[in-house]
Amino acid sequence: MQRTVMDLWVGLFVIVGIGALLFLALKVGNMGTYSAAQSYMLIGNFENIGGLKVRAPVKSAGVVVGRVTDIRLNTETFDAAVTMSIDSRYQFPKDTFASILTAGLLGEQYIGLAAGGDETSLKEGDKIMKTNSAIVLEDLIGRFLFNKAAEGDKD
Amino acid sequence: MPRRIVIGIRGVGHRVIDSIWRLGYASRFFLLTLLKSGTSLRRFGLVIRELYFTGVLSLIIILVSGLFVGMVLGLQGYETLQKYGAESAVGTLVALSLVRELGPVVAALLFASRAGSAITAEIGLMKATEQLAAMEMMAVDPIARVVAPRFWAGVISMPFLAALFSTIGVFGGYLVAVVVIGVDEGSFWSQMQNAVDFRYDIVNGIIKTCVFGVAVTAIAVFEGYDASPTAEGVSGATTRTVVTSSLAILGLDFVLTSFMFRGMS
Repeated sequence: MQRTVMDLWVGLFVIVGIGALLFLALKVGNMGTYSAAQSYMLIGNFENIGGLKVRAPVKSAGVVVGRVTDIRLNTETFDAAVTMSIDSRYQFPKDTFASILTAGLLGEQYIGLAAGGDETSLKEGDKIMKTNSAIVLEDLIGRFLFNKAAEGDKD
Repeated sequence: MPRRIVIGIRGVGHRVIDSIWRLGYASRFFLLTLLKSGTSLRRFGLVIRELYFTGVLSLIIILVSGLFVGMVLGLQGYETLQKYGAESAVGTLVALSLVRELGPVVAALLFASRAGSAITAEIGLMKATEQLAAMEMMAVDPIARVVAPRFWAGVISMPFLAALFSTIGVFGGYLVAVVVIGVDEGSFWSQMQNAVDFRYDIVNGIIKTCVFGVAVTAIAVFEGYDASPTAEGVSGATTRTVVTSSLAILGLDFVLTSFMFRGMS
């Protein structure tokens, strides 16, 4: 086999290989939609996070604006401290409401941010004051049964 | 009777010492290959020649099997997911299983049997026909001239082959799920992009393929260089290459996976 033909084939092989890597990164992966390069951190304390996991999306009005980066238990207040990194294109007011929601009936859990009306916006490392815990199905059923029992007593 | 027991124990000891000696020999050979690869990196033409034989000529088998693995994943995934009304998640299933596991592992297994065995047979036959000895006589180091270019060509081509395998597999899944079965195209791609993380899934997959590439080619060149210089020796070495590197790939995959994907929180 001639050297130039071989060079051509190897060159094609390498270029197609790099193309495949780019395809995986941009089209299959999330590199095209979300970059961690410019973001700021927010912290939210939740009473109960349910099944929330690290890397779960943070959404506002259905748009993905960031990801959960860290979850740990605050041993002073015994609630969950959730750190999330938000794309710095999106600024939220100080009285933004954060709640843990579920996508569909069996879907994964994510944090929903509902913007408030405050004029100053949240900065790097700020704490979200208003939070709403995940809905735990067992609690819900328990409360329902308790209410039913209370109704039954009245009759 | 005690004599037979002693002989038995001696046999076990002999085998253990032998295998440890061989492992040490292989590690020293690997180190020597790395130390002497300066020449092959300076004369890059040598590596390009081997890239043609290990990389370009492996393309057909990698692409065809990638396509079929992706198509089967699409079919089977749809079959199960539609029971839960989640058939649009078939893209996520295909992409995640290819990028994390099947792409690196199956591509490396194919690479070991397609290119690794060829490397072993070539070097083994060079040794059997005393070409390596002739090189040494001419003051050409066979490790620098024969072994190192093959090693580097394998290490370079492995990540590209695995990336092509995953890409064509995702395309095969798309073909079956979207074109043939009729899953919604938009949700197929968007759910996939939502679930596959660049750093966590794709970079970890690339790290796996690099490790597999080093393991497979190191085993292949060592077995070739270590083969006894007979027809039987070369055939035995080729078999050992395929068996050892397949086991090494699966074992390393478990170790790497348990470090990389240890659960998320």
